[in-house]
Amino acid sequence: MTGVDTAFIEVDRVEKVFEVRRKTGLLKRERRQVRAVDALSFTVARGEMVGYIGPNGAGKSTTIKMLTGILTPSGGRLRVAGIDPSRERTRLAHRIGVVFGQRTTLWWDLPLIDSYRLMHRMYRIPDARYRENLDRCVELLELDGLLDVPVRQLSLGQRMRGDIAAALLHDPEVLYLDEPTIGLDVVSKARVRGFLRELNAERGTTVLLTTHDLQDIEQLCSRVMVIDHGRLMYDGPLAGLHEAGESERTLVVDLERELPPIEVPAPARVVRVQGPRQWVAFPASQSAAPLVARIAAVCPLVDLSVREPDIEAVIAKMYAEKATA
Amino acid sequence: MGSGRLYAAVTAGGFRRYATYRAATAAGVFTNTVFGLILVYVYLALWDERPHLGGYDQAQAVTYVWLGQAFLSTLALGGGGVEGELMERIRSGDIAVDLYRPADLQAWWLAADMGRALFQLLGRGVVPFAFGALVFPVALPGDVLTWVAFLVAVVLAMVVSFGIRFLVALSAFWLMDGTGAAQAAWFLGYFCSGMLLPLNAFPGALGEVVRALPWSSMLQAPADVLLGEAGALPTYAFQAGWAVVLLAAGRLVQTAATRRVVVQGG
Amino acid sequence: MVAAMWIRSTMAYRASFVLTTFGNFAATGLDFVAIMLMFSRVDALGGYALPEVAFLYGLSSVSFGLADLAIGSMDRLGHRVRDGTLDTLLVRPAPVLAQVAADRFGLRRLGRVTQGVLVLGYALVTVDIDWTAARLLLMPVMLLSGAVIFCAVFVAGAAFQFVAQDAAEVSNAFTYGGTTLLQYPPTLFARELVRGVTFVLPLAFVNWLPAAYVLGRPYPLRLPAWMAFTPPLVAVVCAAAAGTAWRAGLRSYRSTGS
Repeated sequence: MTGVDTAFIEVDRVEKVFEVRRKTGLLKRERRQVRAVDALSFTVARGEMVGYIGPNGAGKSTTIKMLTGILTPSGGRLRVAGIDPSRERTRLAHRIGVVFGQRTTLWWDLPLIDSYRLMHRMYRIPDARYRENLDRCVELLELDGLLDVPVRQLSLGQRMRGDIAAALLHDPEVLYLDEPTIGLDVVSKARVRGFLRELNAERGTTVLLTTHDLQDIEQLCSRVMVIDHGRLMYDGPLAGLHEAGESERTLVVDLERELPPIEVPAPARVVRVQGPRQWVAFPASQSAAPLVARIAAVCPLVDLSVREPDIEAVIAKMYAEKATA
Repeated sequence: MGSGRLYAAVTAGGFRRYATYRAATAAGVFTNTVFGLILVYVYLALWDERPHLGGYDQAQAVTYVWLGQAFLSTLALGGGGVEGELMERIRSGDIAVDLYRPADLQAWWLAADMGRALFQLLGRGVVPFAFGALVFPVALPGDVLTWVAFLVAVVLAMVVSFGIRFLVALSAFWLMDGTGAAQAAWFLGYFCSGMLLPLNAFPGALGEVVRALPWSSMLQAPADVLLGEAGALPTYAFQAGWAVVLLAAGRLVQTAATRRVVVQGG
Repeated sequence: MVAAMWIRSTMAYRASFVLTTFGNFAATGLDFVAIMLMFSRVDALGGYALPEVAFLYGLSSVSFGLADLAIGSMDRLGHRVRDGTLDTLLVRPAPVLAQVAADRFGLRRLGRVTQGVLVLGYALVTVDIDWTAARLLLMPVMLLSGAVIFCAVFVAGAAFQFVAQDAAEVSNAFTYGGTTLLQYPPTLFARELVRGVTFVLPLAFVNWLPAAYVLGRPYPLRLPAWMAFTPPLVAVVCAAAAGTAWRAGLRSYRSTGS
């Protein structure tokens, strides 16, 4: 989908095979090969923002680890900014930023600013550029007043923002984010997303993010790749994913009193009734507005909310489809 | 007897937990053997220079070395007992959960530590000892009775060892970071239990003092029973005396600590 | 830089720092006390008197202490491999070995060096050495080469942890076990053991061989006197071998993951 000269990340029939030893008896061990990534191919153009999703154990982390040079692929060709990551890991390190959602790279017992000073030296960032980038991150990620706080005293959301800033001080051309919003509250999530959008728009930083939160993708990524069992299941816009997986959103309706299931126009349907609360499923590609209007017209409404489909459900449906097709 | 079965289960659990770390156990066996090897040659030279030092002959001194290596992790003389986990629970506040359990705190951890010690004795102690007995001249008793008497002394040594470490662990209620205290207790125990030099061989008044301290019930006491240097009953009386004193002290401290937790609300 | 950060990190808990530094000092001190106790009962061990044993002890402790200070935290590598935090070091542009070495850098380890220096000082005052220029020159050379040899052992142990994360204790047999062995005269040990630590794992070059020359004593294996001046060479070979092992370990990690 992208030309050769615009391909910034190139993954060509890459595979990764792990050998797993498992105990089968008291002393017997069985060797088994696990194909974590299987003939995976895709390209990402400079400045793209791509969501990389899939269930746990699908091969997401393995892919990211190969793209950062932590792991060496068992086969295939891989280039990031023209560099072979596993061969020139440290050279590549200057051009990429990595944020591991659940593992902080910050210095636990020391104030946040100390970790940044360390990055300054380690990445040999010119002083002026370091100052400029730091100021920018502090402003946009609202780290003001947190710089002198020891990392262990930061909240999860503050720490995540601190980690993102640490990954960006050296102006990386590509940023890998592994679950950047996991465990964050609504406000923190919004801040992180806003910052990433701006980073991408202003600096043209290429972003590849893995997530379990479909809203991350909806608000950030024009393109989404779904991986499962080490294979690429889908590559395209998010809307297409919903169609491909026929994913559904759920309208949760609280009525004034217990009523029989509401009559709604197909394909929407009531999937569950519990006391005065009912759950109505409808295609994710449709707007909820007409459905809400319709229900409000026929029933005494107290409250309602829309639940987004989760990625697992979407992928599960994609499978069901493949099986029946 | 319901609570008896509970503590038996805790002991079995402690045993199994440590049994899962096979590679670590093998590594420990190797390291214990190497250290035993170094110490054996030092003792051989020492007893060569001065036969019957501390009332041991050369074979007895060699046996003593390998007993020490067998007991190192069993009695957690170099750390590594349940006290580390207990201190971590105190620091994190999880200890409050343990205090509200219908089981007694001290008895619970004693049971867990006994399970650990039993595993370490079998898993990490037997192999270095067997290696030493096969490669070097050792003095081992021929009659089963002495071995049984020795094993009883080992169990008592485990209880004394736990008594000391439980007190050290509880200090974390007041110190918060118990690393320093644990380390101090470790090097004191290493020295005073006779890991570096049999307490029999300590000169003069220093010898008198270390032989009266609780640590001497850990390595020296069972060793002397096995080597036929001490009667079983007086040894048991000495060990049991310290066990009672230490466990009672532990109980007192535990009561004070519990009150503290209740007052602070966890 | 990273090391400086760890120092500041431990200073965050000042009381604990004081206690652990002192603990380190005292713990290592007690095994010298045990040697002194032995000498309260005998006049010589393997033909070496207390000042001479103290000389060996001091040399071994200072060399080992320096290595421990520099990269003693290598045994944490196993943890890092197991919990996956090694990955965070691999995405940075600095050598992984340096980053791991600086991990948990602790000034408290100064306790061990200090104790070694004190014992060495005591030995130099009491031992009877016929000082020549060569012997004098050999002293710093021996300490530094010894530190490098111990560093190599630490690194090789760390490389092993890539393969067996739970077996970190094996390297203790060679590091802590090694320094303990070298604290005693070579004349105490079986010939095969002395051969092993001379030709296979060349710990004897840390102090046994050069110290035998300084003290004017024959080495048990009757090696020529010039061998006493080879520690720098041995140190370089050890460092190269350890470096190869480290790279192999890292490569296996990067091809197998964890």
